[in-house]
Amino acid sequence: MLTRRIIPCLDIENGRVVKGIKFANMRDAGDPVEQAIKYELDGADELVMLDISATVRGRATALEIVHAVRCVLPIPLSVGGGVRSVEHAIDLLHAGADKVGINSAAVDNPGLLRELADQVGAQCVVLSIDAARRTNAIGWEVVTRAGTNRTGIDAIEWARDAESMGAGEILLTSFDQDGTRSGYDTALLKEVRSVTTLPVIASGGADSAQHMFDALEAGADAVLAASIFHDQGTTPNQLKAQLAQRGIEVRQS
Amino acid sequence: MTNTSAQITIVDTGVANTASVSASFKRLGCSVSLTNDPDLVRDAPLAVLPGVGSFASGMRALRSHALAEVVIERVQKNCPLLGICLGLQLLCVSSEESPGIDGLGVINADVTRFPTSVRTPQHGWNRVDDGYAYYSNAYRIALIPPGWSGQLSEHGGPFVAYLRRGTTLACQFHPELSGAWGANLLKKWIETAKEASPC
Repeated sequence: MLTRRIIPCLDIENGRVVKGIKFANMRDAGDPVEQAIKYELDGADELVMLDISATVRGRATALEIVHAVRCVLPIPLSVGGGVRSVEHAIDLLHAGADKVGINSAAVDNPGLLRELADQVGAQCVVLSIDAARRTNAIGWEVVTRAGTNRTGIDAIEWARDAESMGAGEILLTSFDQDGTRSGYDTALLKEVRSVTTLPVIASGGADSAQHMFDALEAGADAVLAASIFHDQGTTPNQLKAQLAQRGIEVRQS
Repeated sequence: MTNTSAQITIVDTGVANTASVSASFKRLGCSVSLTNDPDLVRDAPLAVLPGVGSFASGMRALRSHALAEVVIERVQKNCPLLGICLGLQLLCVSSEESPGIDGLGVINADVTRFPTSVRTPQHGWNRVDDGYAYYSNAYRIALIPPGWSGQLSEHGGPFVAYLRRGTTLACQFHPELSGAWGANLLKKWIETAKEASPC
């Protein structure tokens, strides 16, 4: 039986792991290669690396970091952040990523996912959706550029169309919950779950095994978190033990 | 885990996650080369056929580099070959993913899509034998074909996790991404294939 995944997320800026709240107030949190090794040993099922470098030089560094992490990491590696073209995505795959997340660029050019999927297969293509509750209506809209651009696109429809656009997986981040440590947006997860059969990774707001349990019950196939690992030193294996006690199928290593 | 020293030749069709496959063998102490030269693939002591992407693009890549016959010959002569994910599927007769496209046909099976009742593609860790393997696939073989031994996993019913015959090992999962369990499987394949290889 397919197990549910626990996925630590490393935010990378100019070759270093950083951490912050709502994409702001970043501070250094260590070496990506050392952290990747530690997370794998601690039971991570997969790693996500998000490159938040704002400069060309920073993005070039990210390719080197992907390669360095790949050399030591025997589990899947998904890389995203600022991927704007098929060429950039393929560079990341060649450097050692197994999957590439596309976010803003998919909004600007929805044909990008299909073009990439035709070349590398849909299973390498992740549609990253940052969803925020609408301010003056019910539902959620897609936001881009670290939340500064509210696109007006309905997040549920966007998720529904992900598969036909060429994606093989959805990374669904709640912009409202991200960094709050008050749990995932389970209402958003349930809505997205009801419109797609693609695997969905829940992101944004995790602070406990209970939050993860709630997200998995709401239909997530995997749960992504950052601060619970960085700040508290909780390990994926500890969380898995708690989830397993509550009847969630996880890989016990 | 003690290191092995072996020469691994990865069939580079341009449609595979060769960085991950290459890194996994290097961690075991192997020297790794990538090639699309049919002569080098034919003469390799240990060859790996990886693959991601569609069945049609994989077959097109094999045929355009004259690699199809060489891979068939390796399996028929029991020269060590490891097929990974699409690499397993390409060894089969056909795939529902790409109707009308002939596979290599050395495994007498047709590849079909997972039923609509389960999450597709299957992304994640699923039980195989005594451990867990990482899968990333929307298509699979439903039954172990005659003439092969192997193991099944479960996702909307049983499906083939891996097939084995002589020194040929074909995995639906990604051993290169399956942690220590996967690394151990690769190491065992290298050891048994080296010993039993008639090539």
